[in-house]
Amino acid sequence: MSTGNAFLVLSAFLASGVEFVEALTIVLAAGLARGWRSSLAGLGAATLVLAVLVAILGPALTAIPIDALRLVVGALLLVFGLQWLRKAILRASGYKALHDEDAIFARELADASGAEHVERAGIDSYGFLLSFKGVLLEGLEVVFIVLTFGSAQGSIPLAAVGAAAALVLVAVVGVAVRAPLARVPENAMKFAVGAMLTTFGIFWSAEGAGVDWPGSDAALLGVLGFVLLMSFVLVRLLRRERRTQLRAAEVQV
Amino acid sequence: MKWLRGFGRFWWDFVIGDDWRVAVVVAAGIGATAALVAAGVNAWWLLPLVVLLALWLSLRRAMRSA
Repeated sequence: MSTGNAFLVLSAFLASGVEFVEALTIVLAAGLARGWRSSLAGLGAATLVLAVLVAILGPALTAIPIDALRLVVGALLLVFGLQWLRKAILRASGYKALHDEDAIFARELADASGAEHVERAGIDSYGFLLSFKGVLLEGLEVVFIVLTFGSAQGSIPLAAVGAAAALVLVAVVGVAVRAPLARVPENAMKFAVGAMLTTFGIFWSAEGAGVDWPGSDAALLGVLGFVLLMSFVLVRLLRRERRTQLRAAEVQV
Repeated sequence: MKWLRGFGRFWWDFVIGDDWRVAVVVAAGIGATAALVAAGVNAWWLLPLVVLLALWLSLRRAMRSA
């Protein structure tokens, strides 16, 4: 497997895994508070919508010339990836609260338990909508990542394999433990995904702009190294700045 | 109309997120790379530097508003 393809599968697996863990938290909260029938119906309906989207957009993307596709997809991934990386750096340096799956689960469960019960055709509307919206929104990110990564690298099926492996793993563990997967190192995974999205974004958008990377696909490793080094340096700088700010605030009090 | 605005808002938040200036700097960086390539310079080094600049500026704004 080439460097590009190995990165493709790993990136799709990690990115999709993070989204599936978040979707599982919502489906579990909806199921426990409003009944499994409504929650699973919402999950099924959202999966159907996502499948239709992939069926329509997948073939459409493969019809676009590869250079134009890489330019557009690369630019989108770069902006999208920098969003992830920025949040991950702010979390790692203490400027933003860490993502806590247990706290999110408790909040969703409390909201769902307190909502009014309206039943249609044996399905609770709130439970259905909560599960449907959660899975659709998290799933859209997976669809976006799989389609953009896959089409730009020339293999949507390979990206889908990475996402499917993550889905199976999260579903199996989720059914086994029947609790939010709070022990998954989500913050570290989000950092890794942000770095990979940014790496692919730089690589493809530069290629789309006409650049010939030294070493071809192997340059991905160099770009990833640069992105990781840049991120760790920025985390250290921000941590130092945060400590100075907190110390100054303590002195004022 | 309301639905259309909501749809646009969703995709804006989804792709662009909290700081639209990052997208502007990235777009300018890609444009500059294409211009250098057209002038005969294989500017593979430019975009990583632009990304570093965009990220640093965006983080500084986030730090100030924290």
